[in-house]
Formats: sequence, C-alpha cells, structure tokens
Amino acid sequence: MAAVGTPLNRTLVRVRKPFSEDRTTAVVATTLSVLALTYPLIDRALNLGALDDLFPIVVYILLALGLNIVVGFAGLLDLGYAAFFAIGAYTVAILTSPSSPVASWLPFELNFWAALILAFFTAAIFGVILGAPTLRLRGDYLAIVTLGFGEIVPIVFRNAVGLTKGDQGLNAIAQPNIFGYELNSSTLWGWWYLLMLVGLLIIFMARRLRDSRLGRAWMAMREDEIAAASMGIDLVKTKLFAFALGASFSGLAGVLFASRYSFANPSQFEFSTSVLLLSMVILGGLGNIWGVIVGGLLLGVFDRILSARATGWIQGLGDATGIELLEKVNLRDSRVGFFGLTLVLMMLLRPEGLLPNAQRKRELEAQATPEGEVRVDETLYDKRGEPL
Amino acid sequence: MQDLIQALLTGLALGSVFALIALGYTLVYGIIELINFAHGDLFMLTSFAALTVLEAFAIGRGSPLGTKVGALFLALLVAMLFGAVVNVLIERLAYRRLRNAPRLTPLISAIGMSFILIQIGQYWKGSRPLDVPRVINRLDLLGPLDIGVRFFLRDLILILVTIPILLGLLYVVNRTRIGKAMRATAQDRDASALMGIDINRTIAFAFLLGGALAGAAGVMYGQYTLTTDYQRGFETGLKAFTAAVLGGIGNLNGAVLGGLLIGIIQAMSERFLQNGSAWANAVIFAILITILVFRPSGLLGEQTPDKA
Repeated sequence: MAAVGTPLNRTLVRVRKPFSEDRTTAVVATTLSVLALTYPLIDRALNLGALDDLFPIVVYILLALGLNIVVGFAGLLDLGYAAFFAIGAYTVAILTSPSSPVASWLPFELNFWAALILAFFTAAIFGVILGAPTLRLRGDYLAIVTLGFGEIVPIVFRNAVGLTKGDQGLNAIAQPNIFGYELNSSTLWGWWYLLMLVGLLIIFMARRLRDSRLGRAWMAMREDEIAAASMGIDLVKTKLFAFALGASFSGLAGVLFASRYSFANPSQFEFSTSVLLLSMVILGGLGNIWGVIVGGLLLGVFDRILSARATGWIQGLGDATGIELLEKVNLRDSRVGFFGLTLVLMMLLRPEGLLPNAQRKRELEAQATPEGEVRVDETLYDKRGEPL
Repeated sequence: MQDLIQALLTGLALGSVFALIALGYTLVYGIIELINFAHGDLFMLTSFAALTVLEAFAIGRGSPLGTKVGALFLALLVAMLFGAVVNVLIERLAYRRLRNAPRLTPLISAIGMSFILIQIGQYWKGSRPLDVPRVINRLDLLGPLDIGVRFFLRDLILILVTIPILLGLLYVVNRTRIGKAMRATAQDRDASALMGIDINRTIAFAFLLGGALAGAAGVMYGQYTLTTDYQRGFETGLKAFTAAVLGGIGNLNGAVLGGLLIGIIQAMSERFLQNGSAWANAVIFAILITILVFRPSGLLGEQTPDKA
C-alpha cells in the first residue's frame, strides 16, 4: 500500500470515499431508526397526540426518497413527481372503491395487496411512458415536461368524472389485512408500523440501488452524460430505470396514503406537493438518503404540525401581552412562502443541503469554479478516507 | 364558421396578452438560459399593482371618459414600473450569484422565488378572487353588422396596446446600443465582458424589460378577465412559457407568434371541446410536452448545439 498522501492513494481514497458513509450520517441514521420504531410508545407516554399527524409526513418522506432516486442519484429534475403519487392512489381507488365503475365491473373483489402490486407496476409504466420521449432533453426542458405532465394528471382525474367521480373523489378504498389483523382508520399503530416496514424496504432498496452498477451509472450520467455514454453506459436504459423506479416508489406511497384515509381526491396531488417534495430533498441534501429523511422530517413537521401549533402559541402570546400584531400571525397561511424561501436560501447558501452527499458536494464545488481553472485538492487523507 | 371566426378573434386578443408574458421568458432565457419560473407570478403581482391604481380612482360604470383613459394609462405606467423594479430585484437577489452554478441550481432558485411571490400576493390582497373594475366599456364593434360574431372594444384595445410595445421592444433589441450588448451577451458572455460590455447591467436590463412587459400584461389581462387572484400567475405563466417554447425560446418574433397561437388554441378548445374550459389547460400542456420532445427549437427557433 502506498504511503498516505501519495497521488495514487489520494485518488483511491477519492474514488472510495463516496461509497463509505461518514460518521454524522451514521449517528443520524441510528437516532432516526430508534425514534421511528419507538415513536408510538413515546407519543403515548408523553401524550403528544401527533401520531395521526405524522402519518402524511412519513408518506411524504417516502415520496421524497423516491424523488431522490430521480433527482439526487440520476440528476433528472422532476417537477411533476406528485403525478405518480396520484397514479398510485387512483389505481388502488379505481380498483377497490365501490363507487368506481371498474371495481363494480370486476367479477371478484380485489384485495389491498393485489391492488398494491398493480399500482406499483402501473406507476412504473407511467414513469416509462413519461420517461421514454424525454430522453433526449436537456435538464431544464426535462423539468418543464415533467411539470406539464404533473399538471395534466390531476386535470384528467378531475374531469374524467365517469371513472373518478371528479372533485367529489373516491371513497371506501380497500385497507390491508395483515395475517388477520385488519387495518382501518382507527388502528394508528398498525398503520405506523406498516409505514415503517415499507420505509425500511425503500431505504434498503435505495441504498442497494445506489451502490449497484445501475446506481454508479446514474451518478456518472448526472456528472457528465457524454462522458458516461462514451464509457459504455446505456443512457436510454439508465434514465428509464431511474424514472420507472422513482415512479413506482411514488405509486407505493400513493397506495398507502389513499388506503389509510380510504379516500382519493385530485386536489391532493397538485404542483405544490411536487415542490414540497423537492424542497425536502434539497433541504436534506440531494443524493443522501438520510439527509433526505431529515429534510423531509423538518419541512413536514413544520408544515403539518408546528405551523398550526406555533400559530396557537404566538397568538396566545399576543392575547396575553396585548400585542395586536402577534394575534394576527398565522403561520399556516405562510407554508407556500416558507417552501419557496427554503429553496432560494438553500440554493444561495448551501446548495449541497444540510447533510450533503460527499460526492455531490464536490461536483457542485468543481462546477462553481470558473471554467479553465483547475482546483487541486491539497487535503491529505488517511486510509479510512478521513482528512488528516 | 361563425364559431371558428369568433374563436380566432377571441384568441388573438387573449394571445396578445400571452405574447407579452412570453416575451419576458424569452428575453431572460435568450440571455442567461434560465427558465425564469417566477415570471408568471411577477405578472400576478403586477395585476395587483394595476388593481390598486384602478381602485384608487374608484372607476365605475359611470366614470367620465377622461378619468377612465387617465386611470388606464396610469395603471399601465405603475404596473410596468413595478414589474421592472421587482424583476431586477429578483435577479439581483436570487439569480446573480448562481450564474456560474450548475444549470439546475438557478432553476430551483427560480421555483422558490415563484412561491415567495405567491406568498407575497396572498399577504397583499388575500386569498379570495378579486374583481377588477371594468375600464373599457363593453362595446361590441361588430354589433351593427349583425353577423353573429362579436369583437369587443376591449379586444381591439388589447391588440392596439400590445403592438406598439412589441415594436418598441424589437427596436430596443435590434437597433440600440444596449440591445446590441444584450445580443452579444447572449452569444458569449465571457467574450462580451472582454469587449467591455457590463454583463451585470446588460442582464439586469433584460430582466427590466421582461418585468415591464409583465406589467403591461397584468393590466391588459385584468381588463380581459375582470378578475385576478394570487394563484393566477402559475397557470398563466406556464401557458405563456408554452407560447415562448412553441415559437422558439430566445426568439422575440417566435414568442409573439407562439402567444397568438396559444391564445387561439385556448379559445378553440374552450369553444369546440366538450366541457372545453376544463380541458383547455390539458390541451395546452400536452402541446408543450409534444413540442419540447419533438421540436425543442420551436417554430422559429434555430437548432442550438447541446451545451449541457
């Protein structure tokens, strides 16, 4: 083994480092996992009553993990990601809701699990349908095409009244039965652990994908398409896999969401949902799975829980002190601006996110230097890839 | 037949508003290759500014002609100034520092900016749809002919306001010194800087022009629909962006052509499709996708080499 700091060693460490996660991430991952598994107990012990409010947040985090595959790993900016969420939700709704014509036309009653698998593949197919024609597009044009798609999908669900009941939405969607344990709207613990199970599965798959041949191809493509193609990467296949996998994860989350509330309605899947998800991924750190979870948790808790409760506290403070300005504060109305501010500030100050992916961070730094100027990394690394 | 002509006329009037907004997208994209996502919401804010002016004049049905004309001109002036200033500020705050960043970074910043503007709009005038006072009387110019086709004074004025603005813009870009600087910067930023062009000023000027045009659109669109609200910008902006792409983004004539076509397409889908107003948007966004996929250079654009 060459001595520490020789050019060869530095290169080796540089190549290996992105694939070994650093200590911060390990601490965050352990803390989050323990918290997630014990949360229902904590919630009950401290009487927080937030378990029900946390459900949509966790679903959004699952969605953000899926979006992270498309945007973070493969570098394809998808602004219509909520469309696949809608497709997953509506697939299960159309297949199992008694008010949908398809479910009543089917000769047998489809159960939740069958619908789940169908929804997973339906979303993947739509991912490919959207992905296939966009393969030749540059980054920003791709973003707009996905945005257009994301706009069309809710319009279709809203106006195809015969199939979806339009704005009224579909209700009484099938709910899962796990070895005789029936989940319904009041079994909060059951839903929580089902989500955790799916979450674990998604995290596991995302990690394995990232370190697989396909994952390395995604990252190579993200950095430089032309160079990746000349190294023998099949861009068409690589991009389609990113779209299909991202979409199917989103579809999965859609099924859980629709089934938990037993209801699907077009207004749940609009552009602001796609932007909320994008903000989560960017706040946490594009490409870093645990970063995305932290980002999702922060934004989600603010959006769904803290904004409402903090509004109450501030207004209460206003009442107590007689300051009129405080009484009028309503943070719930400010959610849109809050997401926007998050995006702008992150882009200006810390584009790599709160918990950056090491490789991604270096890319951003390299591209930020003016063309022609070569930035030489003078840091010495020890064998484990830690800077000396 | 009458339906067809009617849709064409309505579409031309509506399309000239889209053209004004589309020019803002095209100016900015032409010079720094950024899809200025916040542009539609800037348009929404200018319509609020115009509304404030019209409300200050307490325009009603019976207001004298002089007051109406004066109020309309003042609203135009205020909205255009407001749009120009805000757009330059946005560029300074959210985009300038990201000029050398990877391509998607400023785009995400622009999306964020768009949401900030929506929030400002919501704080400014609340969440409910607002009535815009009618300044131009509801006068059917083709009424006396009695041919079953209607063309309102409003539509005529919309087109009459748009044309000189477009000619002025073409003059500025093609004939003046700053226009030449803009074209040079669009071609090669570094080389232009070496030739002594102040890049920051030139780019800011493109945002200024785009903002002013959005201001004009804010006034005229308000007179067309007689209503506005804080969410109006997203959808209208996306349609105008479609127009810019349809014509060939970066190409001024293309933006105008695209705007008129999108206006006509919207009018036609509303008239001829069953439940048309619900589906019109889906039709326009489908066109957007089709064009981006099959002819990203648009109708009048030139094929540009892939830089990414």
